[in-house]
Amino acid sequence: MKCQHCEKPATFHITELTEPGGPHQLHLCEEHARVYLAQESSSPAASVAGVLAKQLKLGQTADELAKLDQKECPVCGITFFDFRSAGRLGCPYDYTIFEEDLVPLLVSIHDAQEHRGKRPKRHTPSADLQVELIRLRREMEEAIEQEDYERASEIRDQLRRLENEG
Amino acid sequence: MQANADLGDLALRCGEWMRGSGPESDIVMSSRIRLARNLAEFPFVRRASHEDRQAIERSIRARMEKIEAWSAVRYVNVAALSEVDRQLLVERQLISRELADSEGPRAVAIDPQEQFSVMINEEDHLRLQVMHSGLDLLAAWEQMDQLDDLLESIISYAFHPKYGYLTACPTNVGTGLRVSVMLHLPALVITRQIEKVFRSLQKISVAVRGLYGEGSQFMGDFYQVSNQITLGRSELELVQQVSEVVPILIDYERRARQFLVQQSQQDLHDDVSRAFGILCTAKKISSEETMHYLSKVRMGVNLGLISDLPVTTINKLFIHTQPSHLQKLRGRLLGTVDRNIERASYLQRHLGGSSPQNN
Repeated sequence: MKCQHCEKPATFHITELTEPGGPHQLHLCEEHARVYLAQESSSPAASVAGVLAKQLKLGQTADELAKLDQKECPVCGITFFDFRSAGRLGCPYDYTIFEEDLVPLLVSIHDAQEHRGKRPKRHTPSADLQVELIRLRREMEEAIEQEDYERASEIRDQLRRLENEG
Repeated sequence: MQANADLGDLALRCGEWMRGSGPESDIVMSSRIRLARNLAEFPFVRRASHEDRQAIERSIRARMEKIEAWSAVRYVNVAALSEVDRQLLVERQLISRELADSEGPRAVAIDPQEQFSVMINEEDHLRLQVMHSGLDLLAAWEQMDQLDDLLESIISYAFHPKYGYLTACPTNVGTGLRVSVMLHLPALVITRQIEKVFRSLQKISVAVRGLYGEGSQFMGDFYQVSNQITLGRSELELVQQVSEVVPILIDYERRARQFLVQQSQQDLHDDVSRAFGILCTAKKISSEETMHYLSKVRMGVNLGLISDLPVTTINKLFIHTQPSHLQKLRGRLLGTVDRNIERASYLQRHLGGSSPQNN
């Protein structure tokens, strides 16, 4: 894909989430991305993709970036590239699997990296259990699709048990 | 909770955010608190399959149905609504434009006073909203805190000990809290000070944006102030942050109004009276134009330049002249041209008896 402003290949794919007209996508070469993001920093609206692009630019070589982009969440299946282009995560487990890459982003956005607000009063499922629940639910859907209703109902019982334990 | 997709009775009422009562309501329209929450056992909405979304909607609905205190809460299946009805909920600020325009299983639970609503399958599985008329953030937060506790007692939220409530977008993670106050700032717009005021606010990390009406047209001098960050501070600290900024804006707006009254009373009176005249006599008028003139008239009423016109009437007109409300009240679908004619006649019927004060 070519840059929207010149003939060079577009290496930055930025999705603006805070525009009044709804999200829109930008495809830019490195040079135009830099110009765009410099502009962006003067606007109060925080753009996830923008912050991320800036931050990745600082720390990573192209090889490292390419490798990071391929990193995939075993639970929901999104890659870091998917997140980087859409600005949205796929499931709660992404905060664990992409943790080391997300923390600097959280710091840029919030100037903080730890929650200090309210906490659920009752016990919430652990990260491992959350993963297990999402995985089982997916298996159940697959079983239903294959019309293996016996297996589906087994998984459903298992899900209910786990949910009640959590 | 009762499933009820007949929204006709909603359209007749004024709704919470345009009620125009509460502290500082000559300038502050509404105080709004939003929380983003997700279920622990599903992928986020954008990544969820149709089956997942259906299971999320069903599971949350089934749990909500058991809440005894919610016997009068209305449950609306947004996916089954016509475009006019979806738009009606957006105009009343009960659902977001995003929820209205997206696809797949999605719904909203609305309390009878329209003070709270819970959207299901927006960007996050749950978006809780509490809205109070006027400047009333603390009470709105307390109501939200209780609503959140109630839902948390029946739903397992995705929560991380370090990062807090997990959300699809990292800009919401932690508290998931957005505190917003909507202000009517016509005098700051007329005196061209609005840009300057907002630039000074950016330094203290609150976001300010205009309110948009139909399409992306800018709407009648309304501005929304909200917190930018959601992580690393407690909910009360975030509420406090916005609470501290709002009185400054109110003070600026009051001073700008005073300035206009003192320096150019005649110009101001003329401006307000012309706006009123157009609203009373036009034969066809767009939604944007209506907002523009209603905004001036609202300020005129608050400054005593127009008599015999309660500010509640103006507030009601702001919402009832929106495209979907107009069609709902008329009882049939209308194209843009017919809407503009209907809007003008509606305005005439409701503003007819009042007149600008002569002095």
